Order: sequence, then C-alpha cells, then structure tokens
Amino acid sequence: MLYNEPHPLEVKILTKRFGLPNSASIDTFLATEGYKGFEKALTMTPDAIINEVKASGLRGRGGAGFSTGMKWSFLPRNSPKPKYIMVNADESEPGTCKDRLLIEYDPHSLIEGMLIAALAAGSNLGYIYIRGEYRYLIDIMDRAIVEARERGFLGNNIKGSEFSFDCHTHSGAGAYECGEESALLESFEGKRGIPRIRPPFPAVAGAYQCPTVLNNVETFCSAPPILLMGAQAYAGLGTPKNGGTRLFCLSGHINKPGVYELPMGFPLMRMIEEVGGGMRGGKKLKAVIPGGSSCPVLKADECDVLMDFDSLAAAQSMLGSGGVVVMDEDTCMVKAALRIMRFYAHESCGWCIPCREGTTWLKKLLTRFHEGMGQRSDIILIGDLAKNMLGRTFCPLGDAAALPTISIVEKFTEEFEAHLEGRPCPYEHASQLVRA
Amino acid sequence: MADLVKFTIDGIAIEAAPGTLVIDAAKRAGIEIPSFCYHEDYSLQAACRMCLVEVEKMPKLQTACTLPVAEGMVVRAGTQQIATARKYTLEFLLANHPLDCPVCDKGGECELQDMAFRYGAGESRYTETKLHVDEAQWSPVVFFDAPRCILCFRCVRVCNEGMGVGALGVVNRGAVSEIAPNKGDHLECDECGMCVDICPVGALTSGTYRYKTRPWEMEHVGTICTHCSNGCKTTLGVRNDQIIRGNNRDRSGINGEFLCIKGRYGFDFYDHPERLQSPLLRTNGKLEPVSWSVALNAAATKFKDVKARGGRFGVIGSNHTTNEENFYLQKFARQGLGTNNIDHHRTGDVVTLLDSLSGTTGKLAASEDFYTKKAVLILGADLSIEQPFLAFQIRANKRHNNASVYVVTEKPVREDKIASASVRAEASGQLAAVENWRGALSGQTELLIAFGDSIKGDAVRELVAFGSSLGFPVSYCCLLDYSNSRGAVDMGLIPDLLPGFHAAEAGGMTAPEMLASPDLDVLWVVGANPLSDAPLASTSAFVVVQDMFLTDTAMRADIVFPASSAYEKTGTVTNVCGEVQRLKRANSTMGTKPDLEIMGLLGKEMGLAPVLGPWLPDTVFEEIRKTVRGYNVPLPVISTGGAAQTAPVNGRIPVANRPELIRSAHDTLFTSGTLGRYSKMLNSVIEKSDAEKSLQH
Amino acid sequence: MTFSPEMEARFAAMLLKYPEGRQRSALVPMLLYAQDEVGAVTPEVVNEVARRVGVDPLQVDEVLTYYSMLHRQKWGRKHLQICTNISCLLVGGEELWHQACKKLGIGHREVTADGEISLEEVECIGACSWAPAIQVNYDFYHNVTPEKLDELIDTMGKKS
Repeated sequence: MLYNEPHPLEVKILTKRFGLPNSASIDTFLATEGYKGFEKALTMTPDAIINEVKASGLRGRGGAGFSTGMKWSFLPRNSPKPKYIMVNADESEPGTCKDRLLIEYDPHSLIEGMLIAALAAGSNLGYIYIRGEYRYLIDIMDRAIVEARERGFLGNNIKGSEFSFDCHTHSGAGAYECGEESALLESFEGKRGIPRIRPPFPAVAGAYQCPTVLNNVETFCSAPPILLMGAQAYAGLGTPKNGGTRLFCLSGHINKPGVYELPMGFPLMRMIEEVGGGMRGGKKLKAVIPGGSSCPVLKADECDVLMDFDSLAAAQSMLGSGGVVVMDEDTCMVKAALRIMRFYAHESCGWCIPCREGTTWLKKLLTRFHEGMGQRSDIILIGDLAKNMLGRTFCPLGDAAALPTISIVEKFTEEFEAHLEGRPCPYEHASQLVRA
Repeated sequence: MADLVKFTIDGIAIEAAPGTLVIDAAKRAGIEIPSFCYHEDYSLQAACRMCLVEVEKMPKLQTACTLPVAEGMVVRAGTQQIATARKYTLEFLLANHPLDCPVCDKGGECELQDMAFRYGAGESRYTETKLHVDEAQWSPVVFFDAPRCILCFRCVRVCNEGMGVGALGVVNRGAVSEIAPNKGDHLECDECGMCVDICPVGALTSGTYRYKTRPWEMEHVGTICTHCSNGCKTTLGVRNDQIIRGNNRDRSGINGEFLCIKGRYGFDFYDHPERLQSPLLRTNGKLEPVSWSVALNAAATKFKDVKARGGRFGVIGSNHTTNEENFYLQKFARQGLGTNNIDHHRTGDVVTLLDSLSGTTGKLAASEDFYTKKAVLILGADLSIEQPFLAFQIRANKRHNNASVYVVTEKPVREDKIASASVRAEASGQLAAVENWRGALSGQTELLIAFGDSIKGDAVRELVAFGSSLGFPVSYCCLLDYSNSRGAVDMGLIPDLLPGFHAAEAGGMTAPEMLASPDLDVLWVVGANPLSDAPLASTSAFVVVQDMFLTDTAMRADIVFPASSAYEKTGTVTNVCGEVQRLKRANSTMGTKPDLEIMGLLGKEMGLAPVLGPWLPDTVFEEIRKTVRGYNVPLPVISTGGAAQTAPVNGRIPVANRPELIRSAHDTLFTSGTLGRYSKMLNSVIEKSDAEKSLQH
Repeated sequence: MTFSPEMEARFAAMLLKYPEGRQRSALVPMLLYAQDEVGAVTPEVVNEVARRVGVDPLQVDEVLTYYSMLHRQKWGRKHLQICTNISCLLVGGEELWHQACKKLGIGHREVTADGEISLEEVECIGACSWAPAIQVNYDFYHNVTPEKLDELIDTMGKKS
C-alpha cells in the first residue's frame, strides 16, 4: 500500500515500481528493466559512465545540488587505496521523506545505482548508511542485498565480468549532523558525528581516508535510468542544467500532502495547487519552505517560481532536499522560526562556537519572544545573531539554522511586532479558540 | 629546500615555506590572528572560528589555522568584516561563559579575557539564562568547571596526542557538549596536569594552586625540576617564600610545554612537616637539635682527627645535588680528606658508553634529537613512566615527523602503540632482539638508541658495535634516574675517576665496599640514602649526613646537617642527555643551607678553605668549566636559562667495567626516591598505588 | 557479557562487514542493537562493546552521548516518539505531544511508573508528507489524529 495516491502529473522514472506487487523483490525488479542500466554500464569505460552522468545534468539530491558526474570525476581512480561507495540514507532534513520510499519500494534500484558508481570509480565495496530510525528499511535493504548476491548482481565476477562488488547496510543512531557527508564518514568509522576539515573532500579522503563516492539515495537511484534512457533523454525531462525528475515531498497545509515525482523545474504554484490539491480548508497561502527546513522561506507572492536549483537560487532560496513545506495564513511565523531553531540547536554537534552558541541563544531568545516577552530590540538581535552565524561556522549546519531565521524575521517582521509588549501569540490564540 | 611562497596579509609581503599555515606565517610576520583551538603541536580543529580571514578569490571566510599559504594569495585579517566576526564569536562564547573572573584562578592569565579585551565588545546582548553545571574534582590535581569551558579541545588533544594517554573525551552534543574524564567521574591517567596547563580559560584548574593566589602576586622563577633525569624547566610561582605552583609558563626550557606530575606538582616536598630545619647532633644516643656552629665544629673535629690518624673515610654523594656541590665534594674528599673512597648510586652505565664511543664525535643524543631523529630505538626502559619528557619528544616526533619507533622491553609499554616494531625480551635477550631487527633497521638513515640499566658493561660495547655496523649515523642516550645522575659521574663521584673522566692516581672503595667495610671510621653522606637497602658494617663509624629529611641513613648519623632543596639553591645540573642547565633559587626554608655552603663551612672549620676555594656556586662552576672536560659550555646560554650539552669525552676511560654497581631505581611518574616520599601530591593520586605495585615486582 | 544467540550472530556478521582493522565502524550500530536487546546502554554494554570493537570505554561514552537514539536510562517496553518538527507542527504534532504527556502523566524522556511506556518528543522522523507522525519503538504511525493516539496509547499499555 502506498502512503499517498500518485498524481497524474507525475513523471514516473524513479517511482515507476512504486505500487507494483512485491515491488522490493528482485523478481519484480528484473521484470521491469532492473539491472539493465548496470548491464549497459558494464560495457562502458569508467570515463564514459562519468561523462554520461555529467551530460544528464543530474545534481545531488541530498540538498547541495552539486553535479554528480563532476563529483564522480574527482575520484583519484589510480590511487592504490581501496575505493568505497557510500550511500547517504541518513535522511533527516525536516520536510523530507523520499529516500525512505525509494528504499522501501525499490531497494534494488539503489544497489544498481551503487554498482554503476562502483564501475565508474573502480570500487569493490559499498555501504548504505541508513538513519537509525529507519530500522525497517535496514531489514528491507539487507534482504535485497542477499537477493542480489544470490542472483549474481553482487559478489565476485559479477555476470561473468572481471568486476566484483559487494555492499552492506550500516545503521546510524539519531543525528541530523550525520547527513553532512564528512560527519557521516566520521560516524561510519565509529566516532562522534563531527564534520571533518575540508579539503580533502570525500572523493579523495573519504571512508577510512580512502577515495569515496558519497551520494544521496535518490542520486544513486537516478543513475540506472540515466544509463537506460540515455543522458540526453534524462536531461530533457528537466530544465537546463537541472536534469531529470526528482521526488518532491509535499507537506503542511495542503489537501494532498505526499511524495510526488515531478520534473525538475516544475512550477511551485502548480505543485501546491494541482499536485498537492490546493490549500487545506481553502485558506490563503502564507509561506513555503521550498527544500527542507534549512532553506529561506518564500512568501506567498514569491512562490511563482520553478522548482530547480538555479531558479530557486535566483529567488534567494534553495531547492535543497525537495521537502516542500506549505504554510497557510494561520501559521505563526515566529513559532515556525522557533521550531526550526529548536531543531538546529538540538542537532548542532557542538564543535564550533558560532553554531553551538548561536543556535542555543536564538532558541532561548525565540522561545522568550514567542511567549510574548520579547522587546523591539530583540527583532534586530535575532536577525543579527543569525547573520553572524552565516558563513562562519565549521559546516553548513550553521547556515541551515541561520538562513530560514533571517528570511522569516525579515519577511515577516510584522508578525514579530505582533508578539511584542506581552501580547500572546495571535495565531496560537486563534487556533486554541478553534480547538476549544 | 623548496622555494618560499610569496603572499600578502593586509598588504604586507610575506614569504613562508610551502605548507605553512596562514596563522603561523602571520605570527612570524608579527600579525596576530587570534585563535583558541589552534595549537601548533596538535591536530587541527577549525572549531573556534576566531582565526577567520578574508582571502581574495575565495567567497567564504577561511580559517587561517587550516589554510596553507599559496603563491600570490591575498589575505586580509584587519578588515571591518573580520573585526565584526571576531567580536561576534566572542559574544557567542561569552553568552554562556560565567563572568566569575574575580574569583577564577585563570583571571589575569586567561586567553578569553585577553581576547575579549582586544577583540570583543564591551557589552553583551545576552539576556537569557546561562547554562550551569557544578564544578567537579577529577583527581587531586585536576578540577573541572564545565561552564567556563569554551570547548577548544586542547586538553583532549594534549592528553591523547601529546601524552598518549587519552584520558579526556567529549561527551554530549551541541551546547551541552562537555569534556569528560575516562572513568566516568574521575581520571585515571598520568596526572601530568598538561590539560590544566593548556586550558586557555579557567575550566581546568590545578588542585595545588586553585584559590591560593592571584597570578600577579607571584614571582615566577624558572628552574630545573629536581625529580628525574630529563631536566625539564619548571617555573615556580612563589609568593612570600612559598612555592604555590609549578608550570612552564614561558615554555623556554628544553621541555617546551611538557611537564609531568613531578615537575608540575611534586615541588611540595619542600614544606613537608618532617623537613629538617636544624642541625642534629647525637647526644647520649639521641639526635638532638644543636646550633650550626656546634654541629660544624663537631664534624670538623672528627674529620680532622680521623684524617690525622690516617683513618678510613667513606664519602657518598648525591644524584640530585648540583654539579658545583658534587665537584666540591669530590675535591673535599680527595684533596681535603685525602681519600678516593667516593661514590654515588650509579643508575646507568655512562662510563662504558663514553668509553665505547671514544674517538668519535656527535654520538651523544641531545633531548632535541628525540624529536628530530628519523628513527628511535628504546631498549629496556618504560620510557613514558620513567623518562616522561623523552617519551613526550618521541610521541611528538612520531606525530610531526612520522619517525620510526622500535621498542625492546620486558613488559608492554606505551610506546608500543606508536612503534613500527616492538618486542618483549628479558634484559639478557634484548641485544639479540635488536640484532634480529638489523634488516628492518637497514632502511633507516639515522637512529637514536636510548637504553636503560638492562644494558650495561660489555652489553653497552656490543650495542655500540652493533650501531657502528649499521652504516648510518647512530646516537645514544644512556638513561639515568635523577636530576643530576649524569653530573655526579661527570664530577668524579666515582673512586677511580676524577672529574672529566680522568683516572684517579689510586683507586678507592665503592659505595657497597664502604658500607661493607668493618673498619670504616667516617661515613659522610651528602643527599643520598645508602642505608635504605644495605646495612653499615662498621658499627663504630662516625656518620655525617646532609639531607632534607631524617632518612634511614640520617637516623644512623651522628651529625645531620639540614640541607636546602634544589629549589632553594643556585648551581647547575646535567640531565640525561648531558645538557647543563642552571638552577635558580625560588624560595628558602628557614634553618637549612645549600649543601655547597655546608661543605664550605665544614672545610673552613677544618682549615681547608685555601685548598677547597670559595664555596660560591658561580666560582665553583667557573672552575668546572676550566677543568672538567666537556664542561666548557657557553655561559650566556646557561645563565639565561638555556641548556648546553657537554662535549663528549672522546678518549678512552681507563677504568674497569663495574656493571654490578649499576642499578636504576625505576622510579615511576609517582615516585621519586626520598623526595617522592615527602610529596603530598605524589602520594595523593590513586595511580600511586599501581605504581608502587609495579615497583615491587 | 553475552547477548542472545540471534544478536551474537548479528554482531559476528556486523564485525565482518568492515575491512580488517576497521571494526570500530561497528560501534554505533552495535550500541543501537545492543540497546534494543538490553533496554539501555548499561555500563556493562559500554565495556562489552568497547572490547568487541577495540576502543576505550571513554570512546564509547563519547559516541553514546552524541547520538540521540542511544540512552543510558531504561526506556519503557513501548517507547512512544512524537514528532513536533515543522511539518508535523503545522498539522497538530504539538497537540499530540501535549495529549500524550497528559494521558500518560509523564514528560520528555520519562517512563511511566510501571516501566511500560516511555515518551519522547523527537525531531523529524522522515514522515513529513504523512504528518503528524509518531513512532512506537521502530514502527511508524502516519496521519495520526488525537483519537488514533488515544487508541494507540490504550493498546500500548496492555502487555502483549
């Protein structure tokens, strides 16, 4: 059973097996062109594979949006060290719940994506770092790995070739920071999830300081269709430099929240109104977080935007991880800012001063402010503290905390003013009245 | 050498070697880029964000502590943006930092205070409640005040990387991250206090020092630690003639930032209640306090009497008195009393090593060499426990230069962890074990061999022969026990050797022979305790002892002179590597006199002053420089607190091997002969009992 | 200490997943699975896991206190985790949280007196499009309504 109904506007590339009977089984997979992309890659040189991925315009689905082909090309293939494939399945960006579905419904496509990356990288071993909360996915993934071994898609001399590859699952244990690639590697090595000083990047010094291809689940899952349909066809699905489709996670105040596969560059307003079934209860749209909680929010009048990396960057926000959080007119933006900051304060690893102290200070300040004990000067202070975290922290978590805060306090200043002078939160008050 | 990289910081043209970090290059150019977490000896953190700089063509601010210089790089550290960044980082830091500076031990020496003064804002906008956690005591010497901690992770690194102990870690996450000790609520470690010393703020404080004084009330006296042979400089904080703390404040000694528990906390023996503060004279079978003149007169009378009737003297000197005192003592014995019956507790076979190396130069390792040589072989010594500074140097060498370390010991040692190869062997099998590594060592280009008392006599000669056969430069260090063991040998506290390893005209009795001699008339013991493990055969012997405490030997004495400690005198000592360094008087204890003065007064009382000369340390040192081979060390180096290595003897030393006389006490981090017994701090740490157990093997 | 035969088999396989000499990689997963079986990361578990992966107990403590799923105190047989992060917050997650606190009479990271149920307000669990969501142990519950939560807590209380 699917968590939400598919929508006719969806372009089913990565989700084509969603809803098939026993979609996670290797038989279903093989019956639906499974491992065909890999078999094609087996006939190609590593450079040809990398060029194909580059040409597809695939950009990292974890959030940063870096060209996947470029990332693969940075790997020193001639290094005498072993090379590793590392899947980031530590999906924890608030608003994001797509990698979960990919593994649940189509674990073999992830294995196939890893195999293609392994061919490109000259790797024989890979790991899938799955967040601890997704325990059931570890079991699904483990079963798929056993199936793939049994059918000769993992192991030595795969399909009679000289290529050998195996992979394993690895469980996290609750830490958003481990979604940051270098922190993930530290965590994978049995340490605290503290990011590493970069450079060197994982391509050069990743797992066990060896060259490592590290990508998000959805990124790996995009490799098989690229090889299967060809880079041009894949790229053509999206907008220029933003190839393909991606899974958008619609949540919040809409009628049909769900995970939908749409072409890159799909208009945000159509996403809300058509795919998401419009605003819940006919309320007015107030704001949208377009790509997970670390993105600057868009006001309703800024939502006429295409959902690809470049269009959102032009709109001073980010496509991020594809988590589209829709907020209606009754939403208290101070509360939203507070909740987001509480999250980042909770997840800050504590390594660097601006993030560790800044997130906690802002959490306390926003809590006080939301309770009606704010002062006018606090409004400036909130933005000021956030801006002084921005770009100064050890890893992107500081920016992730600062960006939404800055955008909310600047775009919704009047809501902050409405909380001044001991006034209770106007929105919370209203909703409580409704509930009563 | 590779070409220097040219770049600019704030428009100032700077050249630096490739690979130099911007923060270091700036420092050398006189531009301060502030940092809390950066420490040149330890791994990079980039955590505190104080060192952010602008770099042209780089969109984001960069941490100067992780950024290597590059040709043509344009760095800006003096811009408004950087000033703002520093100010805000400090504001963030001070948000949860308690402003208890008025009662904080670190007040006045605190890097956070200094940074706030220089780069911070005068006021804080923080009005939320501060996090609070109660202070914890982790050991007698280490206290932790979590709210003051700024999480620079220096303590964790110094303990793990510097000491090889790893007793400190980081627990929790985010704002409640905390430094934690290895045993839950307490530490089990070397108790070296390096974590306290390296802490930039008052988070880690010292058990001996806390709440005793304000730093500016102390005088800071840099002298040499009197405990082991490594010769670390310790800076004693003195107020009103009381030593309040030991640290290495200006890092100017050979030991740089290093001190072990003994150097940092082991000074406290000096004011032990049992410290002797008056001469004692045996009257009616009991030692009774008498005046200096009575005691000196009694000793002189006895000495003159025995000398006049041609009686037998035995003189035993010390491993921790100064070179001047040792020189004066042997002169007193040989020229004043006319005897070569002079010896000391020999802890390593320096004599055979020097003899084996005759005809060569540059073969004696300096303490610096433990950090710079590409390969180090440790033979028969638990270095981290017995020679802690040398071990620290080797760890730094491994860390910074990836030196190869080889270990041959009886039991597992800390160095095993960093060793390219390590093997267990009994004393008798250690040379064979080294021989087995001939192949492995052949790839090296230089080697330092440090050996303990398992290698003595002919074994030393075999070892040197092995080293010579390797075909690349090999240097040696004969490991010794106490602060001036090397100086005692050099100054001729050996019956058949005059100062500078000249043969004495006639031999004399060794210390065991003196103790065993049934007709010894006088036993004069200066700063040693030979009767602690052997009886005195001569029941009629008149015993004169100079010591700080009523030792086993002093209890048998007829006269006891209360001696000053090393921290109460001036003079020079020679460490395990032959490096001569100067003691500087830090305090004085009422009623005591330095051993040199006691000997001088005794000589004067005997009418020997014209023979022995003045008992001023500087005058005696001048005589040593002129007459003792190898000791013509540069005075400016010594007198400014530096270390100068004595030149090797480079000639045969005409004495017989006496390996049976060589025996290390194997003092650990928590023991130090007599001194250790009277140090409250050394006896208070829980690790002490483990150390004692291992001593009783 | 030893674990159940199933867990021992899992741990044996887990240690083999990683290249020779890299067994420390098993630390985080091993702690989590050990915790599932023992109910908490007890001092015995710390020492045992430290021994198995070849680190000091202090290094285990460092890791254990970093990850929010790992805990030293014993949770209830059923551990109720309610997400109140942004997507859930917008559609009633916080109300569910207050409801659970009130109904169980316990707060964040607390356990009912009978030791049966523990409660935790958690960060995003990856169910944003089917919010509000909760987890009981490792089981997800989506689109939770106050009525569904009431019912769930009622059945949780019953020993299975």
